[in-house]
Amino acid sequence: MIEIDDVSRLYDGRAVVDQVTLTIQPRTVCVIVGTSGSGKTTLLRMINKLVNPSSGSLRIDGEDIAGIPAYELRRRIGYAIQGHGLFPHRTVAQNIATVPGLLGWDRAKTRARVDELLELFQLDPASFRDRLPHQLSGGEQQRVGVARALAAKPNILLMDEPYGALDPVIRAKAQADLLSIQRKLGTTIVLVTHDMEEAIHLGDTIAVMAHGKLLQSAPPAEIIARPANDFIADLVGSSERPFRLLSLSRVGDHIEPGTASGAPIATTASLRDAYAELLWSARTALPVTRDGEIVGQVTLAALARLAARPQ
Amino acid sequence: MSWGNLIRLVALLTLLALLLWPDAFSGAFGLLTTNGQPAIYNQGNLLDITLSHLGIVAVATLGATIIAVGLAIIVTRPFGAEFLPVSRSLANIGQTFPPVAVLALAVPMLGFGTAPTLVALFLYGLLPIFENTLTGLTGLPPAVVEAARGMGMSGWQRLLRVELPIALPVILAGIRLSVVISLATATIGSTVAARTLGEVIIAGLLSNNTAFVLQGGLIVGVLAVLIYDGLSALERSLLARTGQTRA
Amino acid sequence: MSLAAPAIDRPRPTWLALDKLGVLVAVAAGIGIALPFALFRANRIVPGEAMGLFAALPLHLALLLVATLIGGFAAALLRWPAHLKLAVGLVVVGMLFVLAGLSASHLTPDGDSFARVSPGAGFWVLAFAFALLVTDALTRLALRPWQRVAMLLAVAAAMALLLWSGLWNDLSMLREYANRAQSFWSEAQTHLGLAFGSVAIATLVGVPLGMVCYKFAALRASVLNLLNIVQTIPSIALFGLLIAPLAWVAAHVPGAKAIGISGIGATPALVALFAYSLLPIVANTVVGLVGVSPAAIDAARGMGMTRWQRLLSVELPLAFPVILTGIRIVLVQNIGLTTIAALVGGGGFGVFVFQGIGQTAMDLVLLGAVPTVALAFAAAVVLDALVDMTARGTRT
Repeated sequence: MIEIDDVSRLYDGRAVVDQVTLTIQPRTVCVIVGTSGSGKTTLLRMINKLVNPSSGSLRIDGEDIAGIPAYELRRRIGYAIQGHGLFPHRTVAQNIATVPGLLGWDRAKTRARVDELLELFQLDPASFRDRLPHQLSGGEQQRVGVARALAAKPNILLMDEPYGALDPVIRAKAQADLLSIQRKLGTTIVLVTHDMEEAIHLGDTIAVMAHGKLLQSAPPAEIIARPANDFIADLVGSSERPFRLLSLSRVGDHIEPGTASGAPIATTASLRDAYAELLWSARTALPVTRDGEIVGQVTLAALARLAARPQ
Repeated sequence: MSWGNLIRLVALLTLLALLLWPDAFSGAFGLLTTNGQPAIYNQGNLLDITLSHLGIVAVATLGATIIAVGLAIIVTRPFGAEFLPVSRSLANIGQTFPPVAVLALAVPMLGFGTAPTLVALFLYGLLPIFENTLTGLTGLPPAVVEAARGMGMSGWQRLLRVELPIALPVILAGIRLSVVISLATATIGSTVAARTLGEVIIAGLLSNNTAFVLQGGLIVGVLAVLIYDGLSALERSLLARTGQTRA
Repeated sequence: MSLAAPAIDRPRPTWLALDKLGVLVAVAAGIGIALPFALFRANRIVPGEAMGLFAALPLHLALLLVATLIGGFAAALLRWPAHLKLAVGLVVVGMLFVLAGLSASHLTPDGDSFARVSPGAGFWVLAFAFALLVTDALTRLALRPWQRVAMLLAVAAAMALLLWSGLWNDLSMLREYANRAQSFWSEAQTHLGLAFGSVAIATLVGVPLGMVCYKFAALRASVLNLLNIVQTIPSIALFGLLIAPLAWVAAHVPGAKAIGISGIGATPALVALFAYSLLPIVANTVVGLVGVSPAAIDAARGMGMTRWQRLLSVELPLAFPVILTGIRIVLVQNIGLTTIAALVGGGGFGVFVFQGIGQTAMDLVLLGAVPTVALAFAAAVVLDALVDMTARGTRT
C-alpha cells in the first residue's frame, strides 16, 4: 500500500504539487491523469524519491520513505518512462539486468530472469538478448523498458507516460499486455498519463490532478458518472460518456437468455464492442459465445439501459 | 558596459598604445631582460610588422573564404553531388597536414618570403570554412527548403535568399576558426622570411630575450582574442536575427 | 527485350557512362604527364633540371607507365564498381612510387654521391590525381572501421617493403636520410614521445577536469575561456615563454632537475603541447557528458544507481566516443605541432624541417615533413576507426 499524506512540493515558492493526499491499494492499478503542468509527474517521482516533498510524508507498506536511502528505495520500485530511457550502449539483456546487477544477483539467476521477462513480453530471448536498443522497433523498446523495470521483481511499478511515443495500434496491444502481466504478477502500478481513455482502460482507480491539486480519486465508473467538477467532465468528454461507461463492462456479465442470429461475440469483449457491432450489423441482439459455445444473447435494449447516467 | 567588454576595451587600448608608443613599455618589458638586452624589439617597427601580419592573414582568409564557400556550394548542388563524399574525405585528410609541413612544402615552389606563407595560410584556412559551409548548407531545416521550393523559387533564388542567409552564422564560425588558426600560424611564416610577428618571437628565441618572445606572443594572442570575440558577437547577432539559438 | 524495341529505349551500359570526378582526375593526370617527372641536380643546392617522362625513365619502363596510366584513365573516367576503381588506383599509385625510385637510379651517374634526383611536379600531380581516385573509391566503399585499419596496415607494410627493398635509395630524400640515419631515429623517438606523451598527460588531467566542469556548471565558462585563451597564443611564443619559468623551476625546486625538468630541450615543448591539448579534451568531455540523453540518466536514477554508478556505467560510456574524438583532434594536432619544438631545442622531426629551410635543402624539409604527415594521417585513421567502434548505439 502506498500512502501519500498531505504532500506538497514547491519550486520557487510556487506549489507544483499542492497538499495531495492519496492512498493506493496493493495489487491495483492507479492512473494519475492531468494536463501538462498539473503536477502528476512530480507526484509520481516523489514515490521513488526522484523528487523530495517540501512537506507531508509518503509511506510504503506503513514505512515512511524519508528514512530509506533513495538508491535503496529505487531498487525496490520499478520505474518505466516515456521514450523508455534504455541505455543506448548496452544490449537488451544488459539493460534488463541493470537492477539485478545493482543488487548483486549472481549471473545464472540474472540470466534466467532476463530470459523469463523477455518471454513474458513475447520477445524471443535468443534473438533479442544481444541486440542494441536502436535495433528495436518503438514497441519493442517500450516492452524492454517495462521488462527492465520489472527485473528485480518489485512490488510497485511506476510508469510515466509509458505509451506516449507509440502509435494507437501498438499502444492498445501494450496496454492489454500490461493488464495481463499485472494480473499475473499482482504488481501495484502507478501510471501517469494525460489520456483519459487510457486511464479508463487501465485504472482500477483514477486520480485526476490539475494545478498541483488532486481533484478527484475514484474508480473509473464513478469518474464518468459523477465527475467532481466541470474540468473532470470535460476531460471525460460529455459526448463520450455513455461509450466509456460501456467500455468498462464485459459482455459476459450481461448475458440474457435467448438466441439471436448472425455472427456471435465473445464473453470477454467489452460492451462497447458489442454496441458497435449491433449498430454496424443493424441487429437488435447478438449471440454470445464462451469457449465456442453459444451461452445466450446481449441486446441493444440492455445496452441502452446500461449506458444511461447511473442513478 | 559589462565586465567582459570593459576588459576587451582595456586590452584593445593597451595593444594600440604598445604599437604606437612601444618605448613607453620598455620599463615593464625591461624586467624580463638580462645583461642590458633591449626591452623593445629594435629591428623594425612593431606597428608595421603587426599590420603586415594582419594583412597576410586577411588576404589568405579572404581567398580561402571565396574558394571554400564556392566549392561547398558546388558540391551541395545536384550537379556537384558526386563530389560531396570525396570532398568530405579530402577535408578530413587535409586537416591531418601540420601547418609547418604545408608551409615548408610551399617553399620549393614559391621560394622564400611572403608567398609561401600566404599559400600555406590559404590552404590551411580552406578546411574549417569548407567544413562549416557544408554543415550549414546540408543541415538546413528541410521544411524551410521545401517551403522555398513550394513557393516556386529557382535554384539560385533558393541559394541566395534562403540557404546562404540561414547558413551564414555557421559559415562565419568557420571563418572565425580559420582566422584564429591563421593568426597563430602566420608567426611560423617568419622562418621562411615572411614579415610577421613571428620575427619578433624568433629574434627573442635566438638572443634568449624573453621580452621579445612575450611581446610578439602577446600581440598575436590579444589580436586573436579580440578578433575571435568580435566575430563571435557578429555571429550571435546574426543568429538572433534569424531566431536561431546557438547549438 | 523484343527485337522491335526502338534503339533509344536501350540504355547505355552503365559502365560506359562518364564519372564526373573521373573527369577531374583525368584532367589532372593529363597535366601531370606533361609536367617533368623527375628533377635532377648535380648537387644538393643548385637549381634542378626538369626531366620529362621519357627522359627520366628507361624506354621500357616509361612505356609500362604509359600503359598503366591508360588503365588508370579508364578506371577514372568510366563508371566501374568502386572496388575495381580502388584496385586500379592502387596499382597506378604503387607503380608511380616504384618508378620514382627507378628513375632516380636511372638518372644518377654510377658512383656519384653528390647528384640529387627528386620526384618532379609531374610525379606529384599524377600521384595526387590517382590518390584522389583511391580516396573517392574508398569513400564510396564505406569500409568498416577494422577494414580501414587493415587497409592502413597494408599500405604501411607496402611502404616499408618499398623502403627496405632499396628501390628508393637513390632518391634525394633517402640520400639525406642515409647521411643522418641515426639522428633520424632518435628524433623520431623524441617526436613520438612528445606528441603521445603530451596527449597522455592531457587525457589524464583533462577528462577529470571536464567531469568537474560538468558537475559544477559555474566553473565551466571560466575554465573553458581560460583554455581558449591559451590556444590563441602562437605556438612558437608559448614554447619560448616556458623556457624562463621552467629554468627557474629546475634551478630552485629541489628534485625538479632530477626528474628531467629543464628550461631548454623537451620540457618546455612537452608543457606547451600539454597546454594546447587541454581545451579539446576538456571541452569534449563536457559536451559528451551534457549530451547524454536525459531519459537514460532519469532511468538510471530511477533504478537506484548511486552518483558514481551513474557516472561510471552510464554517463562516461555514453560520452566516451565524444571524448575520444577530442583525443583524436589533439593527437593529430600535436603530431604536427611537435615540429615547432625544434625551434626551442626540443627535437623531433622539426629539426630536419628547420635545418632544411635554413639550408634551402628541400629534400631535408621533406625528410622531416613526410614522416610527420604520415604519422598524423595514420593516427587520424586509427582513432577515427576507434571512435566509430565505440560509438555503437550511443548516437542516433
